[in-house]
Amino acid sequence: MTLFLSQLLNGIHVGSIYALIALGYTMVYGIVQLINFAHGDILMLSAYLVVVGITKLGLSPALSVLLSIVVAVVFGVILERVAYRPLRSSPRISSLITAIGVSMLMQNVAQLIFSPNPIPYPITLSVPALNLGGLYLSFTTLLTVVLSVGLMFLLQIFVSSTKAGKAMRAVSEDTGTALLMGIHVNRIISLTFAIGSGLAAIGSLLYCIAYPSVAPTLGSLPGIKAFIAAVLGGIGLIPGAMLGGFILGIAESLAKAYISSRMSDAIVYGILIIVLLFKPAGLLGTKTREKV
Amino acid sequence: MLIVKDLSLYFGAIHALHGISFHVEEGEIVTLIGANGAGKTSILCAISRILPIKTGDIIFNGNSITNTAPHLLPQYGLSQVPEGRRVFARMSVKENLEMGAFFRKDTAQIRRDRDRVYEQFPRLKERRHQLAGTLSGGEQQMLAIGRALMSSPKLLMMDEPSMGLSPILVSEIFEIIKTINEAGTTVLLVEQNANMALSVSHRGYVLETGKIIAEGKSQDLLNNELVKKAYLGIA
Ligand SMILES: Nc1ncnc2c1ncn2[C@@H]1O[C@H](COP(=O)(O)OP(=O)(O)OP(=O)(O)O)[C@@H](O)[C@H]1O
Ligand SMILES: [Mg+2]
Repeated sequence: MTLFLSQLLNGIHVGSIYALIALGYTMVYGIVQLINFAHGDILMLSAYLVVVGITKLGLSPALSVLLSIVVAVVFGVILERVAYRPLRSSPRISSLITAIGVSMLMQNVAQLIFSPNPIPYPITLSVPALNLGGLYLSFTTLLTVVLSVGLMFLLQIFVSSTKAGKAMRAVSEDTGTALLMGIHVNRIISLTFAIGSGLAAIGSLLYCIAYPSVAPTLGSLPGIKAFIAAVLGGIGLIPGAMLGGFILGIAESLAKAYISSRMSDAIVYGILIIVLLFKPAGLLGTKTREKV
Repeated sequence: MLIVKDLSLYFGAIHALHGISFHVEEGEIVTLIGANGAGKTSILCAISRILPIKTGDIIFNGNSITNTAPHLLPQYGLSQVPEGRRVFARMSVKENLEMGAFFRKDTAQIRRDRDRVYEQFPRLKERRHQLAGTLSGGEQQMLAIGRALMSSPKLLMMDEPSMGLSPILVSEIFEIIKTINEAGTTVLLVEQNANMALSVSHRGYVLETGKIIAEGKSQDLLNNELVKKAYLGIA
């Protein structure tokens, strides 16, 4: 029972990170029908920014994290402007290939600057775990879950009750009609990239605290997992990304504990395939959407 | 109020509009009638700057809007009810109306306009918290019209508002169009239901494969042999 509970906690821990990253994929997909393959690499960018901030610029950890978030946000906005916006009316495949290209470019540039060798993440949390009658709840888990859930909650409020958030939903449902309403669509798209990238930077912090090693390919694995989470929940749907993230995290860590740690990824993909067989639009998706 | 001069528009190699010219005066209801694929929607979308035009000039209230960014047009008093209603299905009725007033900041006036829309369409008020996607077709059309009115337009462009509605609802929609016009909004109405459209409008233009082939007072068009034959089903 303790094993089960502690694996469940682990699952919720990684799941909330996946969910945070998945939000960026899903919001961008919802609004411009683009799978932003460079999204995972924004995690990597943020991680290196924290490294540079602390070890090269001598900033405090808090300031470095802040810097990484700000730069990630600006980067996300510029990325959309420079790489994706010019292709918005081209066939979908062009922007998809561009996104893959951007991802590779970012990884290669990181290799050039930082070498392919992993370096340690400079932020660690050494607060003793809470003992809940034999079940240990680490401070990292607590922080991760509270922060992620809090951010998701804020995002939900933003989307459901602010003017900009409603405009975001309108653009994501029907860009042309949103334009007829006088909504500045380009600005809303920039805002979406900004929020997604900001969440990715925070996801990067939480991910790196859990796995404190930074390399140019850092973003690939959490990126793909979060992407799967987004698809699992129903790509384009914000609650879907959250649900998918948690399901994926929990499934993965239970599979690691009870089945096989080597098989856990296969199990995760298996779940995705089975869910999509029965619900092609994802768990919360209603109608079948056009697939890329 | 609106002058369209020599408008040409292409979809790739398809020449969809061939030098369209027409005008709408303040206070009028002007209708554009034409069969499927004649180019009616293209004209409205060109005016709304949703579709890029090849040549031509669009003048609204004395100013050229040919190069104006599309999201600014509602502020200038131009609003469009798109073809097929296009309500935001996953947003509530109330939120749809809010989107219609997106650029406005005058909260009190917005609320008054919303109350007026609710007064005109009591069904929308009853269903204000319901998702727009769950409304019936007729209710969605009312919402699409109400949403466009929320920008307090000077010129309202409507693309086939009677499409897919029962005969009773069709008459109701045309009554609503008249009411909106009598309240001071100029209307540019695109319709396939030529009979109805010509009977509520002041003037009309007949469109065929991207060209205007007839124009005049609606009453005259109703009696025009060519129009009778092609659009009114009277031999
Ligand atoms: N996106 C597009 N790509 C290519 N051709 C298009 C496109 N949209 C419209 N067309 C073509 O342009 C012409 C005019 O279309 P438009 O939609 O303006 O007609 P319409 O008069 O509104 O017809 P309907 O009554 O069926 O709505 C048609 O021949 C149509 O096939
Ligand atoms: Mg049309």
